[in-house]
Amino acid sequence: APAYAEKFGLGRPALPEEIAAWDLDVAPDGTGLPPGSGDVFTGEEAFAEKCAVCHGDFAEGVGNWPKLAGGQGTLDHDDPLKTVGSYWPYLSTTWDYVNRSMPFGDAQSLTPDEVYAIVAYILYSNDLVDDEFVLSDETFKAVELPNADGFILDDRLEAEKHFWNPEPCMGNCKASVEITMRALVLDVTPEEESAEASAEAEPVQEAAAEPVETAE
Amino acid sequence: MSDDAKGLTPSRRQFLTGAAAAGAGAVAAGAAKAATPDPLITEVQDWASGLGEGVDATPYGLPIQYESDVVRRNVEWLTADTISSINFTPIHALDGTITPQGCAFERHHSGAIELRKEDYRLMINGLVDTPLVFTYADLERFPRENRVYFCECAANSGMEWAGAQLNGAQFTHGMIHNMEYSGVSLRTLLEEAGVSPKGTWVYVEGADASSNGRSIPLEKAMDDVLVAFKANGEALRKEHGYPVRLVVPGWEGNMWIKWLRRIEVTDQAIESREETSKYTDTLENGVSRKWTWEMDAKSVVTSPSPQSPIKHGKGPLVITGLAWSGRGAITGVDVSVDGGKNWQEARLAAPGTDRALSRFYLDVNWDGSEMLLQSRARDSSGYVQPTKAQLRAVRGLNSIYHNNAIQTWWVKANGEAENVEVS
Repeated sequence: APAYAEKFGLGRPALPEEIAAWDLDVAPDGTGLPPGSGDVFTGEEAFAEKCAVCHGDFAEGVGNWPKLAGGQGTLDHDDPLKTVGSYWPYLSTTWDYVNRSMPFGDAQSLTPDEVYAIVAYILYSNDLVDDEFVLSDETFKAVELPNADGFILDDRLEAEKHFWNPEPCMGNCKASVEITMRALVLDVTPEEESAEASAEAEPVQEAAAEPVETAE
Repeated sequence: MSDDAKGLTPSRRQFLTGAAAAGAGAVAAGAAKAATPDPLITEVQDWASGLGEGVDATPYGLPIQYESDVVRRNVEWLTADTISSINFTPIHALDGTITPQGCAFERHHSGAIELRKEDYRLMINGLVDTPLVFTYADLERFPRENRVYFCECAANSGMEWAGAQLNGAQFTHGMIHNMEYSGVSLRTLLEEAGVSPKGTWVYVEGADASSNGRSIPLEKAMDDVLVAFKANGEALRKEHGYPVRLVVPGWEGNMWIKWLRRIEVTDQAIESREETSKYTDTLENGVSRKWTWEMDAKSVVTSPSPQSPIKHGKGPLVITGLAWSGRGAITGVDVSVDGGKNWQEARLAAPGTDRALSRFYLDVNWDGSEMLLQSRARDSSGYVQPTKAQLRAVRGLNSIYHNNAIQTWWVKANGEAENVEVS
């Protein structure tokens, strides 16, 4: 049992103030939420000041920056739009992520009340609450996001068990082979530094499959 | 790629003399007869008479200038900015299995931060007997382990779900590195704090603004996770988490928290942004898998490949590549030159080891005809790397992450190669 394992006596006890400063995460059941509140109107003002330059006045996104609203009902489409309203399962995550890591470049600058207000505005932008709504540690549990049931546990061991194959085909595995798609047709790969004009050319965005979402 | 065009089309005379010397099937390099003496041999070169650099010239060296193409590259249009973004390891130009740290890929969510050892603190809190704070110096006093593991971004090859898109192994498969880590087992640190019987998860986060918090089941945390401070013999690079990162063997790179600052024992998953909005895999019906932690068996031919064309003409050709699996060790790699109709077993440079890169070779005598080159990895769990069609049949096109499909390079008669999909 870990509790009885050998100890080295290294490190020192963490102080309550230190834990409070760093332990900010909020779980789906609301564990970790600080007291506080904020309404949609206050959130709209804060959002306009601190968020809209990237995320748009209505949380609809600017340029390549993430869209926070919209896309409900698109998850089974060819090009799903994944936002807080259409995709995120838990409101806790929105609160936690905004509180710890936003605004991009000035993280951890928001007060709890500002975070409550901004998150209330994001809910409003997703048509999930009306403009009178006040989000607080008390009202938090009343909000369920539309895609709360949209996730399953990793089921690869079952759904992909046919990939475990003791005797894969080694010869005459198929009658013919045709090339069905070519990267050079898309031509979105960066050129070597020595290469000429194409290095500066705009990528063929519409031809490219949706780029992997490595952006925020 | 264009600097040595004449190398792509050897003269007819070279082919003839080369073929004549082929004998039992192997064409010896340089078998073509020289018409005139080679001045690089017959004339005394500067380096054979003058002096090179002194030992004080380079206290910490970089690769020679002629290798300047072996560098990380990014793809601007992939992300909104370069701070929360990705770059790619030049796997097309590397050999063996250990990734040089200086060109090993980076993926940040709020940039590569600079954190001095003196300023470093690691906290363990939550469901523990005694929440603890460690300094960097404390960590170096715990018993240490050394292990080699691959770190593959969950999004590696993600741009290729919908089709052949980026032309080069660096871009299609280069969100990966493989290093020898030195550090302390996470289990040791958790036992120092004393895990409560109520603890079932750990939540781990970095010191950077993004924090990159992720939930890891306690079982994994107590098994093989390392708190690492050295990689490939030296301190971690700034961009790889200096001075301390998490090493989570076999699991998606996002969980390898850099600049690790806190480990919290909890009784539930936090369901943070990086395990809800991101690193969840949407299936065709709109339902998404979460907690897809393991990276399945995968491989890629690194040469020949689009950035590493055949320049030497017909004859002996080294086909080489990398294979890896998050579920165990690579037990074999099959290579096809005809788009998967027929396969032959490649040679592993060394026996596969658990959740680390393996190097494979297939030495062939290329007759100059087109090839559709593929590799197919097998691992110790019995898993066989699937085709993209097989993956799409289960998952559809919108999973973003965990694309471990077989890659095809179309090697043309002139030796150039292209990223393609085949039927």
